Amino acid sequence: MDTQTDGRRWHDMGGQDAGPICDAQHDFSFWEKRVDALMVLCSGKGYFTVDGLRRVLEDMGEEAFETMSYYERWIASINQNLIESGAYTTEELAAQMAEVKARGATYGDASLGK
Amino acid sequence: MPHDHHDHLSPSGHPYRADDDTPLSYWQTMEIAVRELLVEKDITTAEEINAQIDAMDARSPAIGAAVVARAWCDPEFKIRLLADASAASREMGFDIGPMHLIALENTANTHNIVVCTLCSCYPRNLLGLPPDWYKSRAYRSRAVVEPRKVLSEFGLTLPDEMQVRVHDSTADMRYIVVPAQPEGSFGQTEEELAAWITRDSMIGVGLPQAPQ
Amino acid sequence: MGTPALANEPLAVGTSVRIRTLMPPGHVRAPVYLRGKTGTIERAIAPFKNPEQLAYGLPAKEHMLYRVRFRAGDVWDKNAENPDDMIEAEIYAHWIEKMDQSHAA
Repeated sequence: MDTQTDGRRWHDMGGQDAGPICDAQHDFSFWEKRVDALMVLCSGKGYFTVDGLRRVLEDMGEEAFETMSYYERWIASINQNLIESGAYTTEELAAQMAEVKARGATYGDASLGK
Repeated sequence: MPHDHHDHLSPSGHPYRADDDTPLSYWQTMEIAVRELLVEKDITTAEEINAQIDAMDARSPAIGAAVVARAWCDPEFKIRLLADASAASREMGFDIGPMHLIALENTANTHNIVVCTLCSCYPRNLLGLPPDWYKSRAYRSRAVVEPRKVLSEFGLTLPDEMQVRVHDSTADMRYIVVPAQPEGSFGQTEEELAAWITRDSMIGVGLPQAPQ
Repeated sequence: MGTPALANEPLAVGTSVRIRTLMPPGHVRAPVYLRGKTGTIERAIAPFKNPEQLAYGLPAKEHMLYRVRFRAGDVWDKNAENPDDMIEAEIYAHWIEKMDQSHAA
């Protein structure tokens, strides 16, 4: 937020100027569906709420909205919420991510084809 | 050596999916790691995750279209739908989970359009996942201030005498537009009518279309 | 100036209301384009837990959630495409001020 802001946050978009609506849409890939499933399941199990998901998405800032895909932002937010609720630690995540990455250069290899 | 995805199985014995070939990104690494940690800690299971994916895959605009088609055919159901759209959807046997749904009726005088300016709230448990444009900056910004211009970009021009109602999905409710039944569709069966009802007509950026 | 909507006195359909002009940081669900605008209660939905608290995993009080209806002309002035078009949004009670009802349409 710049120092001259009136307090409107970047995600509060109603009425702002914007360009044409692009009709593009994409088929959801499997990893994106997995992200979506994790959100539904973990929020259903009480680890966080959809409000917490949104709060982190908002706090990630406008540049994240512009540069990351929808589900990239979602997994970042889901992870932040799970860390905050103590589901696992940053240290555990770091080790797991390193192990995953070492399996190979494609999603299929890194997810062991499962 | 690259895998040949057409006749090769993964270590788990499943065929590779098309997107398995994509170069692994940081966020995909995170997804895999988060999912595996959650399973390792008995917070969830692979089966539960796959079941949720299947449940979400089963949700599509066809579900919403079936609800609208029944409302077109059954005036008593339509009354119930407009009074409590969640109950009416469940009455038809659809599992919409905890979703709070409100049905908005288009009439000769009124056209409804739905947007979430603050994020991307959408009746996903009825219609499936939202299209990318619904989640875009352009739609979220412009739909509340210039809905008629937005509609014209979707190919729909409304007469000045019609009232446009823009619904901003800011809290716990989710919305489905019940389009007006088009003239050419009267006399068809409920199943035939469902084919007229597009996803875009239930968001409010289009009208029902005769099936091709 | 209005009086804040009280939790124990649900506002009736048609009540003239104004959305408060507060500008806090954090996770709030009253869009800025509606703050300071006058509309009417379209319906009282039900009490729901305050998302401003839920967003941080904190205990949350329930607030009545209303649907508020606004004339496009009252929200956008001369920028409205058609001043009699409507905008309807869900607003929690603590963002609503009940107007002097001589303003009611």
